[in-house]
Amino acid sequence: MARVVVDVMPKPEILDPQGQAVAGALPRLGFDGVAEVRQGKHFELEVDDSVDDDTLAKIAEGFLANPVIEDWTIRRVDQ
Amino acid sequence: MTARIGVITFPGTLDDGDAARAVRHSGAEAVSLWHADADLHGVDAVVVPGGFSYGDYLRCGAIARFAPAMTSVIDAAGKGMPVLGICNGFQILCEAGLLPGALVRNDKLHFVCRDQWLRVENTTTSWSTRYDSGAEVLIPLKSGEGGYMADKPTLDRLEGDGRVVFRYVGENPNGSRGDIAGIASESGRIVGLMPHPEHAIDALTGPSDDGLGMFYSALDALGAVAA
Repeated sequence: MARVVVDVMPKPEILDPQGQAVAGALPRLGFDGVAEVRQGKHFELEVDDSVDDDTLAKIAEGFLANPVIEDWTIRRVDQ
Repeated sequence: MTARIGVITFPGTLDDGDAARAVRHSGAEAVSLWHADADLHGVDAVVVPGGFSYGDYLRCGAIARFAPAMTSVIDAAGKGMPVLGICNGFQILCEAGLLPGALVRNDKLHFVCRDQWLRVENTTTSWSTRYDSGAEVLIPLKSGEGGYMADKPTLDRLEGDGRVVFRYVGENPNGSRGDIAGIASESGRIVGLMPHPEHAIDALTGPSDDGLGMFYSALDALGAVAA
């Protein structure tokens, strides 16, 4: 078994109103100096050794992310 | 022969009842379709109604697009069957690749629920022939993720080919690119929009009966005689 992390982020050109709302709240909470916040999704998958990188890319590209509006990255992490 | 128009119900669908009522109001037979059933029961057209299929988990429409009924709809749409996606149904059609682009969170983050004026800009699709070009219609809009997004080449192509069917009039409610409320496929047989025509079919229950034109248009497209 391996742990795979897939991070999905809105594309830079896509407006991220949730991230903007978080960024807007920080100064009100007394935290200054944060110029920008982008909000995305983080998936942790437990996969067996038969799942290769191509399959993981298909999972990310075809389901976990919508490539019209989101970018994705995959990384295998040591357990 | 009475046209038979299917209405799909997914777990979390809300507006299948009103969609079926609108179909009946237009003079067609409404056929309930279940998401887990790949059999479309010989319907002539399909409405993918609004709601929160699968709780909007992952992304709106992302899970519903893989339902057996949707696989059959994608297949039938490829052969020319008219399909209308309303609100969550529009999101599902985009996720399924039947329509380009995607719907994202409203730019001001608020869920918008109001009667919305739209301008009809394409009166040649299977779902819009009953409108006059440039007509302004009043249709309820109720969505939190209704901002239409696509890359610039896609937007340019939609605009250039006249595939923007409905456009918001007045203040943009959700940050949609180009004030786009609804678009059509290249063939004009598939249309998706965020506002809810099925909630505007009579003065008793809606702000207008402007939504009925979409259902009458489909009957015309199917060659059936509308009421």
